[in-house]
Amino acid sequence: MAQKLVIIGAGMASGRLIEHLLDNDPNAYDITLFNAEPRGNYNRIMLSPVLSGEKTYEDIITHSDDWYAENNVTTYFGEAVTTIDQDAKTVTSKSHTVTYDKLVIATGSAPFIIPVPGKDLSGVMAYRDLDDVNKMLAACDKKNAKAVVIGGGLLGLEAAAGLKEQGMDVTVLHIAGHLMERQLDPAAGHLLRKELENRDIKIHTEGFTKAILGEDKVDAVLLEDGTIYEADIVVMSAGIRPETRIATDLGLHVERGIVVDDGMQTSDPNIFAVGECIEHQDQLYGLVAPLYDQAKVLGANLLGGDEIFSPVEISTKLKVTGCDLFSAGDFAEGSDREEIVFRDAVRGVYKRLIIQKNIIIGAVMYGDTADGGWFLQKIKDREDISELRDTLIFGPNFASGAPSDPLAAVAALPLDAEICGCNGVSKGDILAAIEGGADSLDAVKMLTKASTSCGTCAGLTAQVVQIGLGDDFVLPEADTICKCSDYSHDDVRKLIISKELKTIPDIMQELQWKTSCGCITCRPALNYYLVCAWPGEYVDDGQSRYINERVHANIQKDGTYSVVPRMWGGITTPDELRAIADAADKYNVPTVKVTGGQRIDLLGIEKEDLPAIWYDLNEAGMVSGQAYAKGLRTVKTCVGSDHCRFGTQDSTGLGIQLEKAMWGAWSPHKFKLAVSGCPRNCAEATCKDLGIICVDSGYQILVGGAAGMDLRETELLAQVTTEEEALELACAFYQLYREGAQYLHRPYKWIAKVGLDWVKGQCVEDVENRKALAGRFHYSQTFYQVDPWAERASKGKDAYEYSPLADFSKVAAE
Amino acid sequence: MNDFVDIGAVEDIPVRAARVVKTPQGCIAVFRTATNKVYAIDDKCPHKGGPLSNGIQHDESITCPLHNWVFDLNTGQAKGADEGSVKTYTIKVTDGRILMDTSEFIPEMAAE
Repeated sequence: MAQKLVIIGAGMASGRLIEHLLDNDPNAYDITLFNAEPRGNYNRIMLSPVLSGEKTYEDIITHSDDWYAENNVTTYFGEAVTTIDQDAKTVTSKSHTVTYDKLVIATGSAPFIIPVPGKDLSGVMAYRDLDDVNKMLAACDKKNAKAVVIGGGLLGLEAAAGLKEQGMDVTVLHIAGHLMERQLDPAAGHLLRKELENRDIKIHTEGFTKAILGEDKVDAVLLEDGTIYEADIVVMSAGIRPETRIATDLGLHVERGIVVDDGMQTSDPNIFAVGECIEHQDQLYGLVAPLYDQAKVLGANLLGGDEIFSPVEISTKLKVTGCDLFSAGDFAEGSDREEIVFRDAVRGVYKRLIIQKNIIIGAVMYGDTADGGWFLQKIKDREDISELRDTLIFGPNFASGAPSDPLAAVAALPLDAEICGCNGVSKGDILAAIEGGADSLDAVKMLTKASTSCGTCAGLTAQVVQIGLGDDFVLPEADTICKCSDYSHDDVRKLIISKELKTIPDIMQELQWKTSCGCITCRPALNYYLVCAWPGEYVDDGQSRYINERVHANIQKDGTYSVVPRMWGGITTPDELRAIADAADKYNVPTVKVTGGQRIDLLGIEKEDLPAIWYDLNEAGMVSGQAYAKGLRTVKTCVGSDHCRFGTQDSTGLGIQLEKAMWGAWSPHKFKLAVSGCPRNCAEATCKDLGIICVDSGYQILVGGAAGMDLRETELLAQVTTEEEALELACAFYQLYREGAQYLHRPYKWIAKVGLDWVKGQCVEDVENRKALAGRFHYSQTFYQVDPWAERASKGKDAYEYSPLADFSKVAAE
Repeated sequence: MNDFVDIGAVEDIPVRAARVVKTPQGCIAVFRTATNKVYAIDDKCPHKGGPLSNGIQHDESITCPLHNWVFDLNTGQAKGADEGSVKTYTIKVTDGRILMDTSEFIPEMAAE
């Protein structure tokens, strides 16, 4: 006689289980199927095409009512199981009680609803089943309806793309730094973001939902950072949790999911479980392929078999038309791992293979995923790829593959892209010169004047000439930024502007970086270039900064820090001195030293004490002296005409004005100033990056001094007659240096490269340009003149830096 | 014997950053990588004692803030021309929580 099998949940795993049972022994069991959803099994992973309108619900039904009837499966749909009696072996729903010999729990998973105020408002929904899709489609009927999708993972993005397809205005909030961070690395995440933004979907990464606003229905979503997005509906797609309540009520072994053994049996030998509700060897499963494997194993075992479930490597694809991405295996970096990276900026293609001991263990692809299956097979087979290695990344048709083209980014520039800013030469001008007969780099330079002024575009000019002349041209060797890139510092800076690259992953993708996340040489440089290029837009990446700039103090040889408060123009007061003395006492500062830049240095402070000492100094009105910054340091002054019998102008007053205007600015290297009240030069202005010497007739602006590893005397940039002119010229010069110099080059090195005459042309002779430079500097300053100490001492920024994760130091002593 | 203790959430350490765990023998630096892996090594460079938790992370390596020695976070071995190593510690990550085997740095606790 047939045994009684009861299955709770009509999803994809149990659907496949029933098929296996019927195929192999249709008479073994009388099957009863309960489902809380009022319908049978459909292909849940195809809900996204239903949402976007590419398919209908009927298209995705896998088991119709007729099918269940033909196969003698008793169905109770729309009936959630309320109790199970293990002793009597019965299952009860609101209107039926059924006995079982074997019971299968296949309750799947429930969406995780993030616990924020407003989560229960009408209009807030999950993305899990057909009812959710119908609610979303109903919301699309309203004109100009707005949707906010919380969660930029696989499902959330599919929901976002579908809603956009249906005409809604869609914003995606995602807590990680890039989309689909579990499947994609930052570079592929960047390409995906670009594609979605091209479709007018707004993406807000690092967006933490604070509350959902509204009276009885949702009106808007408020983020922790204060941003508000209007919303008619909010789709929660922040992950799923195994639906285990019924198993927990029964007292079965449940961890995150219902724990099953290799044969899919729970802790009760008559109860089994499959699908998203289970936990097997500490793993949960959300993709369909392993669920089908589980169904196959359980189907065999319910018929007396002895199969075991052993998970295999699976891949992920996003079901959004036009977004080709593929991810499989483990794509984390590791020292015992090598990677092969292929980038084609023109076609928006990124491929990365992760190899360990000659075996591919992971693959991420974007833009061209045709070879995904081929790589996945190699991952599954653990095939030794050492023979194929050189051409592996080009896939099975490697014969037709071509190596990555280092000129791709330049080739993609439009004809009107500016190559040489000094002489106003576009890419089209250079190509026209070549068409007109110029047959060498020198000939092009002579005809167009490209790269003949400051010279920072020499690399770019040469590359455009190479594109124009073809294979005969040999690119002169240029100093590249580091081993991660083929581009020089100058090229990178220009391409950041011309291609509007606004994040480090953007740069690495578009300029075809050869490593996945750069190195200690290029990351701080790129971070600075972005800080300079996009004030107010770029979000500073602290992890790409040296420790001194990350914690706003100078690390010392013993790991303690030194703290230097700003003293404007070297002027202080008794109150400030008392506050400094009090702080020195309170924090047991071992050394108090007067610096060369007319400041007081408190040395030997423990990192953990930094926010507290900053707080005390802030309370006394002092801010960071930024004595650690590749940025504006100090303006040293003499007492000038206020007190000195030789002083010609108010040098201290001008020094203070300069420091007030320029503090907080970042630059390629440190930038020190001094103002001397007369040519006796007590403030030693002639060895500074910018020095001013006051004379009876005005102010001599001197630049390019150094008193470090190299000793340089300044050269005269210009003499001006008023303080206003001196201030404007100082700011314009600083901005010219900030925009043009290579990272870690002091002004004297940069001037040696571009020539003092060119600098004078830019910021002295060309008055319009001087004003524009100063204007850009002041605009940038509106974002960067924020005291970093106050942000950390009072507002808790980067608090993780200053407290231990855990403290066991006192445990042993007890 | 293992003695795994929850020391905090992976989220408590920003991506590519590090924090310290204080022990009676000194600090241990705990790193979170760009791909959310977590590593723990002694927070002391064998060269001049620099606090490695304050360095810059790249790939799965850390560069010492004092003199730019580079260490592999997996093995604690110095990379490139420099020779030396730092001790590594066992880390387990479960449900976003970081677990450390305290018996590796507090022998007294394991003996109890």
